[in-house]
Amino acid sequence: MNLKINNGFKSIAGLLLLISLFFAAPVSALQNDSTVVDTTVVADVAATTAAATVDSTAADSSATATVAADDASTTTTATAKAEEVKKIDPQVYKNFFYYVLLFLVLCTIVAVIGKIHSVYVLTRKMNGKYNEYGNNNLQAVLFLIFLVVFLGFVYYGYDVWGSWAWRDAVTEHGKDIDRMFMITLVIITVVLVLTHIVLLGFTYIYRARAKRQAYYYPHNDAIERLWTIVPAVVLTVLVLFGFFTWRSITNVPEELQKEAIQIEVLAEQFKWNIRYPGTDGQIGKRNYKLTTPTNPYGIDFNDKSSWDDLQPQDIVIPVNKSVRFHIISKDIIHSFFIPDFRVQINAVPGMTNYFQFTPTVTTEEMRDKMNDPSYDYIMLCNKICGEGHYNMGKKVIVVTEAEYKEWLAKQGKYFTEDLQKEFASNNVSEGVKTASLN
Amino acid sequence: MSSTVISHDAAHHDAHGHHHETFLTKYIFSGDHKMIAKQFLITGIIMAVFAMTLSLLFRIQLAWPDKEFPILEVFLGKWAEGGRIKPDFFLSLVTIHGTMMVFFVLTAGLSGTFSNLLIPYQIGARDMASPLMNMLSYWFFFVACVIMVASFFVESGPASPGWTIYPPLSAVPTAIAGSGLGMTLWLISMTLFIASQVLGGVNYISTILNMRTKGMDLWKMPLTIWAFFLTAIVGLLSFPVLVSAVVLLIFDRSVGTSFYLSDLVVQGQILPNEGGSPILFQHLFWFLGHPEVYIVVMPALGLTSEVISTNSRKPIFGYHAMVYSLVGITVLSFIVWGHHMFVTGMNPFLGGVFMITTLIIAVPSAVKSFNYMATLWRGNIRFTPAMMFAIGMVSFFISGGLTGLFLGNAALDINLHDTYFVVAHFHLVMGSASIFGMLCGVYHWYPKMFGRMMNEKLGYFHFWLTFIGAYLVFFPMHFMGVDGVPRRYYAFTEFAFMEKWMSVNLLVTWAAIIAGVGQVAFLVNFFGSIFWGKKATQNPWNSNTLEWTTPVEHIHGNWPGEIPTVYRWPYDYSKPGHNEDFIPQTVPFSETMSSNMPHDFEGNEEAIRIQEQWNKENNRVVEG
Repeated sequence: MNLKINNGFKSIAGLLLLISLFFAAPVSALQNDSTVVDTTVVADVAATTAAATVDSTAADSSATATVAADDASTTTTATAKAEEVKKIDPQVYKNFFYYVLLFLVLCTIVAVIGKIHSVYVLTRKMNGKYNEYGNNNLQAVLFLIFLVVFLGFVYYGYDVWGSWAWRDAVTEHGKDIDRMFMITLVIITVVLVLTHIVLLGFTYIYRARAKRQAYYYPHNDAIERLWTIVPAVVLTVLVLFGFFTWRSITNVPEELQKEAIQIEVLAEQFKWNIRYPGTDGQIGKRNYKLTTPTNPYGIDFNDKSSWDDLQPQDIVIPVNKSVRFHIISKDIIHSFFIPDFRVQINAVPGMTNYFQFTPTVTTEEMRDKMNDPSYDYIMLCNKICGEGHYNMGKKVIVVTEAEYKEWLAKQGKYFTEDLQKEFASNNVSEGVKTASLN
Repeated sequence: MSSTVISHDAAHHDAHGHHHETFLTKYIFSGDHKMIAKQFLITGIIMAVFAMTLSLLFRIQLAWPDKEFPILEVFLGKWAEGGRIKPDFFLSLVTIHGTMMVFFVLTAGLSGTFSNLLIPYQIGARDMASPLMNMLSYWFFFVACVIMVASFFVESGPASPGWTIYPPLSAVPTAIAGSGLGMTLWLISMTLFIASQVLGGVNYISTILNMRTKGMDLWKMPLTIWAFFLTAIVGLLSFPVLVSAVVLLIFDRSVGTSFYLSDLVVQGQILPNEGGSPILFQHLFWFLGHPEVYIVVMPALGLTSEVISTNSRKPIFGYHAMVYSLVGITVLSFIVWGHHMFVTGMNPFLGGVFMITTLIIAVPSAVKSFNYMATLWRGNIRFTPAMMFAIGMVSFFISGGLTGLFLGNAALDINLHDTYFVVAHFHLVMGSASIFGMLCGVYHWYPKMFGRMMNEKLGYFHFWLTFIGAYLVFFPMHFMGVDGVPRRYYAFTEFAFMEKWMSVNLLVTWAAIIAGVGQVAFLVNFFGSIFWGKKATQNPWNSNTLEWTTPVEHIHGNWPGEIPTVYRWPYDYSKPGHNEDFIPQTVPFSETMSSNMPHDFEGNEEAIRIQEQWNKENNRVVEG
């Protein structure tokens, strides 16, 4: 019976050894090669390069021979083949098999250790000294060690990574969010630590032992009620708190909406276009059907409020002023995300989303605070949008009121002279058409 | 009807038993639930290895964005030209990793395997209500897998708009290469997969409702069966909605309709579509997508309940509360989908409502966790590999579930939506927790499936590697998310604030590689033990449930004679007064007079009277 336990393992171990031997025979040569290369890199580099060149020249010449023999039409494919042959260095395969071998050696070591342990257990059994609960105790102790390491790991994470990650919000609503974040964080950390102490502590304390019987305890309605109600109450508090914060962020009264500075952001693969309303404070209409190479934004210049719309490169906003962003998309869904501001809303084609907020710290002040003279607020795309997704950002600069006015005056208009001419000529021709129809 | 007759008439059944079994009917087109369970499991494991390999590939890219790995070009060709994975292929890897893990591994591989294996076994049925549908369910799933893998052999590459396939990105091939033929294959594969799930779900529900053995009333079912039952209901009600979403997307892509598309100018080209809304797709998708999370995690909870109770040698604490919390999760899971859409431009008031329902669903989850701990309290815990994984599952379920309090809160979600925080959250609470539930099930029921035991030492080795690895991989991601690092970013090199995370990325990738390679221990153990494992005994874990009353050798119809009758609930472990620490469900109360409690008789006065008389004669004092 006891012998049988190990039969399976023996065969696995044997199989692994066999496999590794099978691989070891032909590959060990390769491995030696690569170690030679590794250890005597400096001396061998020249030789290896020479060999490689010889290899590729050989390949090349054979390819050329084929080309010569074949029709001219196959030349391209043949050269392509030659290139392919050249591209993959044999060293790549050597390295690959080296790692495979390394892995198999590792497997063998694990198998051997397992084997030794089995032998040990067997001898203990034969001597009648085997402790049935030995392994059980070991696993219980490991869980206890894990508990300590885990709590240390959590502490390390909060301490080091937490300090990397955390920057106070620099908007008015962001402060509410931060406060709620901290309250939630305290609650969940306490729960996480306590539950893990209980969970892994119990596994240690109540590990199986000889002559011990578990306590038959199928239910206790009072306790169950307690731990239904307590989480429910805590969650209710969090929900109410969260609900009102959420409403205050998203449900801005109409007069405040109108008082704010309006800025439109049009997302497209893989950049952001910004439009400020100009002196009239009104963003002109946009119709995607009017998109042309000269008017990539699709602005409808029949709407006169679009004539003074400004076209800046970066988002620049004044500090302590409410700003209302109109987020739209030209092609697919993107997401307008400024981590420092606690601001995010998707840019969805066919509809406009809004986010209104008030920044409280200028970029300059933030740089001083961070002690990093190159620090910038950044707006990222946060919805998967294609191959350039990871590189679709825009600088956001918060400045004082005076700097903002100065900057705004320098921005160019969307309705450039070229567009004006084009627009005028289009209108004339359309006018003629209408006339002829009448 | 006929199956009911068969299940209660052993003689009649024997006459049926001698089918001609060829290789084809036994291993391929098998209608036997045990074989179908194995088919689901092995396909699921293969898919898991495939999807895990994909994840290692993109982890390598994230850890060493500037380094070349020429070997990648050998395997991936033009998608890793010069040994560096390309951005659009990176997105394909992320997409297919997510799709395969969520649907093929954690839905089909988990609930497909264990529903098929355990439902007939644990309720005392000869087979599923419809073996044919069961077989179809597997083969639809298999074809879905083949098609999904096949998309890697398409010129334009596999689908790449993320596993949520939000249109317009998934609808417009000019927006991204993967939205060409690769996306079409994804949609076909998913449609077949949903057909598989619906066939399976109908089967599970009807089997559980109609084919329970004598005495097995609903409140005597093991929690595994409750979990599978409720999972099947959730799946049956939500998967068809995904079909509608997928079919409408197919129309938008191939027929020129505009369900999801409007106002598009892609690559300078004005598209003719008008009047659709991308938000509509998100509603349809998440109406499945959120219940899907519970489809994934509920079977894992069921399996761990059973394993924790068995190995603590204690009844599961609060059986009724466990069932009611599963029911609560089932109902609530249908009204929380909006929390995936707080910042998509859905009406903000609606966001507030979804936030309330979302945080309510945390209550039943909390009850379940506390009940697990109470089950361990004063137990006599045996650390079998299955038990290790069950404890690991509870740990993940707690640590991943807690961060849900941030994401479920609409105001906090503004800053965390679509960041690494989300990645960390769901990989712990539904990814790792469900995988651990699945592995716990594999280790525990392996003797039932293959008649042999798995190697324990390799099991422990596998557990510790995976448990520590998973925490090392996913825990640091929370902090990246708080810092505002978006998910699905190809490299962290383009923005100054992300560069500090490169060192953490290295740690995460190394942990992922080591834990990933560690899965070889499981594969060797799993496939090796089929042939060389120690022969299993009939009831190796001293468990109470019905499946351990069947013979070790699989036979058609599960039980050689009559199906056993059930007399008691499945959690009579360590009952005081009994000579063993377990009493199988098939043992009548008349044989356990020394351990019966008044509560056991459910108000049957005659039985109580007999018991009291016996107690008097034997001087037994019963508390309570």
